[in-house]
Amino acid sequence: MRIHFKTSYDHDIRLFPDRWSFLVYAALIVVAVLLPWLMDDFFLGEVTNVLIWAIAGLGLMMLTGQTGQASLGHAAFLALGCYSCIIFMEQGLPFLVAFPLAGILTGVVGTIIAIPAIRLHGIYLAIATIALSVLADDIIVLMEPITDGVSGKFAPMITIFGIEIERWTTPDRFYWLVLAITILCTLAYRNVLRSPLGRAFAAVRDSEVSATAMGVHIARTKAAAFGISCAITGLAGALMGFYAGAFNNETFSLVISITLLMMIVIGGLGSIHGAFFGAVVVAFLPQFLSMAKDVVGGGSVAIPGLETGVFGMILILFILFEPMGIYGRWMKIRVWFELFPFARKDMFKRQKSYLKTERLR
Amino acid sequence: MEVVQLLVSGLANGCVYGLIALGFVLIYKATEQVNFAQGDFMMLGAFVCLGLTNAHYIGLPFWIAAPLAIAIMAALGYLLDFFILRRLFGQSQTAVVILTIALGFVIRFVAGAIWSHEPQTLESPLAIGDFNVGGVVLGMADVAVIVVTVLLTFFLYQFFQRTKLGLAMQAASQNQMAAYFMGIPVKQVQGMIWGLSGAVAAVAGILFASKGAIDPNAGLLGIKAFAAAVIGGFGSLPGALMGGLIVGVIEPFASRYFPAGYSQIAPYTLLLLVLVFRPHGLFSQVRIKKV
Repeated sequence: MRIHFKTSYDHDIRLFPDRWSFLVYAALIVVAVLLPWLMDDFFLGEVTNVLIWAIAGLGLMMLTGQTGQASLGHAAFLALGCYSCIIFMEQGLPFLVAFPLAGILTGVVGTIIAIPAIRLHGIYLAIATIALSVLADDIIVLMEPITDGVSGKFAPMITIFGIEIERWTTPDRFYWLVLAITILCTLAYRNVLRSPLGRAFAAVRDSEVSATAMGVHIARTKAAAFGISCAITGLAGALMGFYAGAFNNETFSLVISITLLMMIVIGGLGSIHGAFFGAVVVAFLPQFLSMAKDVVGGGSVAIPGLETGVFGMILILFILFEPMGIYGRWMKIRVWFELFPFARKDMFKRQKSYLKTERLR
Repeated sequence: MEVVQLLVSGLANGCVYGLIALGFVLIYKATEQVNFAQGDFMMLGAFVCLGLTNAHYIGLPFWIAAPLAIAIMAALGYLLDFFILRRLFGQSQTAVVILTIALGFVIRFVAGAIWSHEPQTLESPLAIGDFNVGGVVLGMADVAVIVVTVLLTFFLYQFFQRTKLGLAMQAASQNQMAAYFMGIPVKQVQGMIWGLSGAVAAVAGILFASKGAIDPNAGLLGIKAFAAAVIGGFGSLPGALMGGLIVGVIEPFASRYFPAGYSQIAPYTLLLLVLVFRPHGLFSQVRIKKV
């Protein structure tokens, strides 16, 4: 049983609550860096995929988990990040310039889109973002001179200071690149949460009325959340483009948007861990299902809709029995051990709540 | 003449969108939740009826199978609420949105597993014959769709305005706790409305399947019905029908007069415009927001 004895206000916002958790994360990073020597190329590719999904999840988590705005259109921002990064590189910019530029561009566009979207609440925002996701597909086709429309684009080779990085020929270098970006994004995310802006996000999520009373500018805060969220998502989109190698208008469909939202719900809304847990589920589910089919004896028979169907069922079970997601379950187990033997069953019981209309206020 | 023909076929399509949108609005009006799986409900209703009617499944006469399918879907809607949605009672709308999206995936998978992914046609007595009124060709199914939709909207509207149960449903959506205090069994009322919207979805599905082939991905039509519901204003039954008609009529005109590629984005562009300039739809119910 550990006790945090707080002697200064800085304890509440420190990057790591104590030395033990710092050591745990340091060990995790060391293992992650050494991974290419521990695994074969196939699994390394899968882990890279997990990390890319986790970055995208972090992007959406900023908006949905931290600020409470559900977006079903983040595939549009993945697409924007991907296309802009590759197009910048085709224009001759080096990766180190094109990649951040793609993130910034996506963030700026996200903020501009957010300005009308800020007026929308809950369900209307979800529908507007669905429309955005559907439109993105058509807009990519219409902008064929730049985007090559249906035939799609191929990701070029990444060169950083003369080192060539490519997903298939040098999977370990690509993994390290993605890992570095993941760590940077996670640190940036954590630091935003520690800043006044992050506190404002949480205030807007929990109650807009009381946030206003505390002097938080709702519209500006939501626009900032959209901007940061879209920027991170754009970076993830660019990495997805490099990971896939080739992509067209259908790569970033509405289903990707929905999967992304479901992923962070399964992982656990409002936590960094949740984005990573969710990404593991999303990335390994297809592998797991194909292995399960081999065991059952289904062999190579393709069952359309199986993946999304199983994914949907997992999500329903989580919403019903563990609304805090995998992270919530993990936290409960951890608290049980930390408080042993004083944990009680009702500690995480949810308060009874009643809904009021949003129409007639 | 061509304009009239486009208008008529647009109206018939729009009525199907309107019927699905009606299902959204029913649930929204009574529970303040949004059922993103309504399009998949529609698809399931169509397949249940198809399974009962078509010769190589069960082969019942259509006029027995159709009411049976509607009853099955109503029961299914009620049971879904009873076993799943009631556990989310009082939770935020977003949780219900995500849950129903997942439900839609599951329904699509199950329907695909039972009835396969090949497009199939319903052996419906509505699918025969066309009228030809002064050069305008009108399918029997189109006429049936328009008539049924208008009647259904009218009766549901009266139901919400006039009957005690309808008023209780509106009260339950506006403030759950206050509705409890007034003696309204809120959870039962919600179950009933899910049953009702399941029945409406079955009607929409049967009519849609009478107009052409259907496959498990037909539920994606729900997204267009969403546009319809939002354009009309969530929470207004005539608004839903109106929105459906607007979307339905825009589509054939856009594909006739706009260059290729621009036509399919027309409904969504309209949706975004409505959301930007009238965020609560054309038939808005939102009064001024006060703190």
